[in-house]
Amino acid sequence: MAQHDLNDDSVVVIVGSGAGGGTLANELTQKGMKVVLFEAGARQSPATFVNQEWPAFNQLAWLDKRTTSGTWQIAKDFPNLPAWICKTVGGTTTHWAGASLRLQEHEFKAKTTYSGIKNANLLDWPITLADLEPYYPKAENKMGVTRTNDIPGLPGNNNFKVMYNGAVKLGYKTCSTGRMAINSRPRDGRSSCWQMGFCFQGCKSGAKWSTLYTEIPKAEATGKLDLRSECMALQIQHDDKGKATGLLYADKDGAHHYQKARVVCVACNSIESPRLLLNSQSSTFPHGLANSSGQVGKNYMRHTTGSVFGIFREPVHFYRGTVMAGIIQDEAELNTKRGFTGGFEFETISLGLPFTAAFLNPGAWGRDYTKQLEGYPNMAAMWIVGEDMPQETNAVTLHPTEKDKWGLPIPNVHYDDHANDLAMRNYAFDRGCALYDSVGAVQTIKVPPYPSTHNLGTCRMSESARDGVCNKHGQSHDIKNLFISDGSQFTTSAAENPTLTIVTLAIRQANYISEECAKQNI
Amino acid sequence: MEMKRREFLKTSALVVAGAAAVATGVPLVASADDQWSSLKTLDKHQADTLLKMTRQIFPHDNVPDSAYAKVVVVLDTDAGTSPETAKLLKDGIEQIDTVNGAGFATLSADQQVIVLKKIETGPFFQKVHATELQSFYSDPEVWKILGYQGPSFPKGGYLHRGFNDLTWLPNPPASASPKAS
Repeated sequence: MAQHDLNDDSVVVIVGSGAGGGTLANELTQKGMKVVLFEAGARQSPATFVNQEWPAFNQLAWLDKRTTSGTWQIAKDFPNLPAWICKTVGGTTTHWAGASLRLQEHEFKAKTTYSGIKNANLLDWPITLADLEPYYPKAENKMGVTRTNDIPGLPGNNNFKVMYNGAVKLGYKTCSTGRMAINSRPRDGRSSCWQMGFCFQGCKSGAKWSTLYTEIPKAEATGKLDLRSECMALQIQHDDKGKATGLLYADKDGAHHYQKARVVCVACNSIESPRLLLNSQSSTFPHGLANSSGQVGKNYMRHTTGSVFGIFREPVHFYRGTVMAGIIQDEAELNTKRGFTGGFEFETISLGLPFTAAFLNPGAWGRDYTKQLEGYPNMAAMWIVGEDMPQETNAVTLHPTEKDKWGLPIPNVHYDDHANDLAMRNYAFDRGCALYDSVGAVQTIKVPPYPSTHNLGTCRMSESARDGVCNKHGQSHDIKNLFISDGSQFTTSAAENPTLTIVTLAIRQANYISEECAKQNI
Repeated sequence: MEMKRREFLKTSALVVAGAAAVATGVPLVASADDQWSSLKTLDKHQADTLLKMTRQIFPHDNVPDSAYAKVVVVLDTDAGTSPETAKLLKDGIEQIDTVNGAGFATLSADQQVIVLKKIETGPFFQKVHATELQSFYSDPEVWKILGYQGPSFPKGGYLHRGFNDLTWLPNPPASASPKAS
């Protein structure tokens, strides 16, 4: 691995090593560019991952204190854990379940398509599906997405069998084991799936794509990557012309250092990315970097989610095999006759007993609850993931008084459910229950959202610098050598799991950064 | 409610460490009393009271007292390192012992539930609930009884051990669910 000098102002600094940052680091180093990749967490590996839910959570999750506000149930159930995302090399690609769906054409034009929705800060993306069509196949090839590139689909597990049979009963046409970045056969030096059932805890077979053991080692092999793990980004600094000059960070012993840079890319997920920009405020930029629009941290989206659990007369053992074993896409289409706009997916989900007890009804106790838990072996479950409406008041802001151990204000995450989100969730709950009822459920349970895994939109892309933080390449409108490289770029949330699109945007952004550097534009 | 969730997170690392110790380090025993010999902070009455309380929080009739006793041991270990926790438990036990005019452990199960409902939003209940939620359902003894198979990596996952062995519904077609390749 390379070691770049702190005073080397020719390097690209990337903050965050997940789907966006890890991919961008590999793409840039493959082009011969020098990269310093910062990661707040420590480096694990398939060998150190743990097949147990609480120990794995403590190993991988971002546990630094955050606060919450708003009407979303998360603020009540998990007030200091708004998001279930990761602080480790590879970021949340260690924890994700692998669903890799392309966004739909109309979803890039949310404002045009969903016109007339009140109290939503909708905007069309400054790009279309056509702009991403050259890049989606590259991402799918890189990630080894099943049902693309002649890669077969994964075999369905018991949880999928229940979903599939219910889907047929309800007349759904699109139920399958889906497009997953999990090897159905050995590929790219990684094993095929063992059907372990611990996708969320870090894949111990390496069958599931994660930047930890794909992009990052490939970037290291170029000799151009300097990965600095257990280093917390504190502040992006700039010169008197308003150009970013580098990153102030704290190493694992708390010592501060300053890394100079030609380009700075922010890929810390949609809570920490805006927090870093806001904490980088200066006399020139008193409201934070790249924030002339006032939109940094605003329009926080987290997908409309919830789960439906069914308990059956006979065993399912849903915890065996891939967590997201099947997907139904019928409800993801544009169809305003359901009482809401936007679409959603059903995706199987499974939890081990420890997390089923924690999440099935957060805070519950007593005999009614344990009766449900005693149905554990006979449970099947599906997750709802749907497009939520951007609202300017849903925002990541700096806490007025509380600070972290580095002395920086902690983030508060405010979210009010939009009326459209609530209508979608209720409809999806009812359809999910109907699906399990159709195959003989003894009981169905509507499970409230888990802490957010799909955090989006807080530094959104926009055509006009007035409406958002970055342009169609993720380049900030205000500072030409400052880029947003994660899901915070998303203008709207769409119905699909975001990782594939984050990776696709990173591949595209790497081309742009490389070209702009070659032209001496940045 | 808020206090409880804070506890939920604040204690997670500690509790899990304790749960892991319980899972691996303490032999299974027939009754709870045998385990009280290892207590560092709680006395027998306090431990007996917490044992009843933990059973009422997550009552599973087919789970023996020995599993609930492990939660009490985790609480005791926690109290041994945190004076704050020790005081919280001591005061909380005194409260549930007096709220009904009789010792909590002597009340009927239904009466115990009524007492716990009165204090369920307070920090004592939240502490015991959060600790139990994490350690009890992370205990292999409980997994076995409730039908969870735990870590699968040491056994090679479920690819050849029943990931798709459900027979009470028809198998999906290969187009939706290809054979393992």
